Amino acid sequence: MREIVAEQITDLVARLCQTANTDLGNDVMNALSKAYQTEESPVGKDCLQRLIENAKIAAAESMPICQDTGMAIVFVEYGQEVVIKDGDFAQAIHEGVRRGYTGGYLRGSMVQDPLQRVNTGDNTPAVIHTRIVSGEHLKIIVAPKGFGSENMSRLKMLTPAEGIEGVKKFIIETVSLAGANPCPPIVVGVGIGGSMEMAALLAKEALLREIGTPNSKQDLINLESELLVSINDLGIGPQGLGGRCTALAVHVMTYPTHIAGLPVAVNISCHVTRHKSGTI
Amino acid sequence: MAVITIHFPLSQDDVAKLRAGDSVLLNGPLLSGRDAAHKRLITCLKDGRPLPVDLRGETIYYVGPCPTPPGRVIGSAGPTTSGRMDRYTPDLLGQGLRGMIGKGQRSQVVMDAMKQYSAVYFAALGGAGALIARSIRGAKVIAYPDLGPEAIYRLEVVDFPVIVAIDAMGNDLYQFGREEFAKKIPIIDFKGDAV
Repeated sequence: MREIVAEQITDLVARLCQTANTDLGNDVMNALSKAYQTEESPVGKDCLQRLIENAKIAAAESMPICQDTGMAIVFVEYGQEVVIKDGDFAQAIHEGVRRGYTGGYLRGSMVQDPLQRVNTGDNTPAVIHTRIVSGEHLKIIVAPKGFGSENMSRLKMLTPAEGIEGVKKFIIETVSLAGANPCPPIVVGVGIGGSMEMAALLAKEALLREIGTPNSKQDLINLESELLVSINDLGIGPQGLGGRCTALAVHVMTYPTHIAGLPVAVNISCHVTRHKSGTI
Repeated sequence: MAVITIHFPLSQDDVAKLRAGDSVLLNGPLLSGRDAAHKRLITCLKDGRPLPVDLRGETIYYVGPCPTPPGRVIGSAGPTTSGRMDRYTPDLLGQGLRGMIGKGQRSQVVMDAMKQYSAVYFAALGGAGALIARSIRGAKVIAYPDLGPEAIYRLEVVDFPVIVAIDAMGNDLYQFGREEFAKKIPIIDFKGDAV
């Protein structure tokens, strides 16, 4: 058994909220630079160059990369030996989001009730996904998610007969329908299998993988590269103004599923695909 | 690429000469407004109450900025998705609104109203909030302060970089730009349809 004080969780979450929003990961920066080299559209090239400049300004001046500093999505790998002391686990995370967002001049984008729509003012509550694992550590990943791209995400319960062709069609169709809205170049997270909510969660989790890191499953490596080519052939381009680079990456995760089903979820993320992690 | 410099307020001549695909630097005063402010403006019109701001000749930037850090004019301030404003836009164009700045496609209804009232839609760089904040030199809330980031601001901009996405003739860069680069994708039965 290992005791972790709730305040430690709050401190870590607050710090991760701020760094995730101001410091775009090297993986995205590298992918944007590569896209800049290969983009054929002059307007698209110009957009990519400015996106790179924007990320550099954000890091240098500790300014949020994007004004949509996102819904605070928090993934926790909770070592089963850990006991939280002097506080409540979820409250410690919410408090970290509160401090991170208000202290970092990050925008509060949460409304308390989806129908009444009054802003909570401090971007709480977070959306927390906890997985209990072995060990005595807490790994926390904060992945702020903007809603321009979240709104363009879709899920469909396909039939097994629709198979891999049906899955590919649905993913490409989703990106096509999204068009310019999710701030391309995008990162496409895909979840295939499981139940309805599991597919959606896999699609979100797929966005956490560093761009350029290959999928652990060989058949998915091939699927990802095939989908990336097709998506870029849509012509949507940077900012949707036409061009070669619509997506920086496609990441697919799968899970066993029911004999009667083939769920597929597509979670679209903008070029500001942010996530920072820390371990206590 | 040639860059056109525009000073607000937009004149009818400005609108008439701008074409989809033009690179533009915007200068001068404009308004901010997004979902919640639009909803309130339309409610005002429905109730027959005067709007809190005169929209004649104005340009609205669809933005909900980050809080302003000490010593700065504004926090990060990139565009939000314009499509969510589509249902409100024709009525505001009817009130004299002449320019809009946001990101993403507009509906056919909006494009028709833009032709009818002679208005232009500019695309700002989505996700470039830190870069765009540098072009904003003045920011003051002028209506609906209770909406926080969604309040209506009077913004003063200098060389705010945008691209004409849809002009008053109905030319749509989102559509023709995409068509230019779309390739046939074997697995699907549509080719880069702009939807």
